[in-house]
Amino acid sequence: MEAALGHALLTIWGALGFDAELMARYGPRVVDGLWTTLGLVAVSCTVGFLLALPLGVALVEGGRITRALCLAFSTFFRGTPLLAQVFLVYYGAGQFRDALDAVGLWGVFRDAWWCVVITFTLNTAAYQGEIIRGGVRSVARGQSEAAAALGLRRGQTYLTVTLPQALAQGLRPLGNELVLMIKASSIASVVTVYDVLGATKYAFSRSYDFEVYLWAALIYLVLVETVRRVWNLLERRATRHLRPREA
Amino acid sequence: MTDLFALLSFGSEGWGDDLARGVAVTVALAIATLPLGLALGLGVALLKNAKGRVARGLGELYTTVFRGLPELLTILIVAFGAPRLIAALTGATVEINSFVAGVVALGLVFGAFSSEVLLAAIRAVPKGQSESAAALGLPRRLAFRLVVFPQLWRVALPGLSNTWLVLLKDTSLVSVIALADLTRQTNLAVNATKQPFFFYLVACLLYLALSGLSTAIARWLEARADRGFAAAGR
Repeated sequence: MEAALGHALLTIWGALGFDAELMARYGPRVVDGLWTTLGLVAVSCTVGFLLALPLGVALVEGGRITRALCLAFSTFFRGTPLLAQVFLVYYGAGQFRDALDAVGLWGVFRDAWWCVVITFTLNTAAYQGEIIRGGVRSVARGQSEAAAALGLRRGQTYLTVTLPQALAQGLRPLGNELVLMIKASSIASVVTVYDVLGATKYAFSRSYDFEVYLWAALIYLVLVETVRRVWNLLERRATRHLRPREA
Repeated sequence: MTDLFALLSFGSEGWGDDLARGVAVTVALAIATLPLGLALGLGVALLKNAKGRVARGLGELYTTVFRGLPELLTILIVAFGAPRLIAALTGATVEINSFVAGVVALGLVFGAFSSEVLLAAIRAVPKGQSESAAALGLPRRLAFRLVVFPQLWRVALPGLSNTWLVLLKDTSLVSVIALADLTRQTNLAVNATKQPFFFYLVACLLYLALSGLSTAIARWLEARADRGFAAAGR
């Protein structure tokens, strides 16, 4: 069944003017790369979001020292190229091999995939933190005053009043950040990770057929457009209570 | 520690001059990309603002493609694809140097992002402005330069400076096709000295300094563009 389906797909692929034989040879690798790309983005965006919540709140509410530290973190990761950050972690970690060995983390930093995930996570946490900061600042002061008047504690106020409104405000930019991360994840291919672009570069180095880059372009475009459209739908639905009711 | 800083000295011993050359290439690449990117951005913005369906569709298609493709992939496609395209069209074999490939690829991306900014700015200037300029007898060109452009520019500046900052960081990707920019020069220093953490940190700080400088210039330009508006009491 699967073989028949695969054969049918290849026939269609050939009819579209693409090289079906090339696809049969390298296609599976590129599909594996797609899963790697999706895994990279899913892990780093999720963990990055969990880090960004306290970061964004600390940027607004923190004391002078906390704020300065958070701002330094955010400025560093937003002001330098992601590629340089990846190099810093991936190659730089080797210099601290003994220390990392001592705490049992060398196994993690030796692996390119983990280095890339760690860098992407910190990078997107900085960007998402700024979005959350902006969201928190946009919530009217009266909201937290009213919550205080109702006897809610500060933590409760944040969880039930401020953050939900801040996130509704930040939903659209968070979607943009997700799209940017999908694109940026291709940088992983520079340090030997076989994501979509990594697998494509491998196929190109073997076949010298430029067509493989066009497959990669198609994959990224479909991926980005799908995520963008689905996210827009979700955003419209999640913020439907904020729009004036249609008559 | 002092040994590390000795590595940054200028001359045959240290890597200071090599990194400085890298910074110069990075800045030159970004500045060379700017006119191409802005011209493409303006062209695409006008397409998207056009009345015709086909023109608008083309504008949207351009933006979707070059905003959606990873910048690294765009660079590789231009670097490897352009010589093939030229060979297929003219039969001539040409080598495209990595600086030119970088300018073209980053310019295409800059055009996609800046077209959105410029489109919003074009739409932000009310039609009455150019109409009243015409009523006062200003020729169309002069009306654009004296009346419409200063207002458009003011709205577009913050968005354009953001796009510029993204471009500045994206230049590091061109190191992948062997352009001797800051990132590539740092790679060379790391290979020779085996001090990756120190050198990549220095490179990051240099990029940070370039971003800081750009932000300061953008603030100054914005303050200048706001001159006529400051009195309106915001």
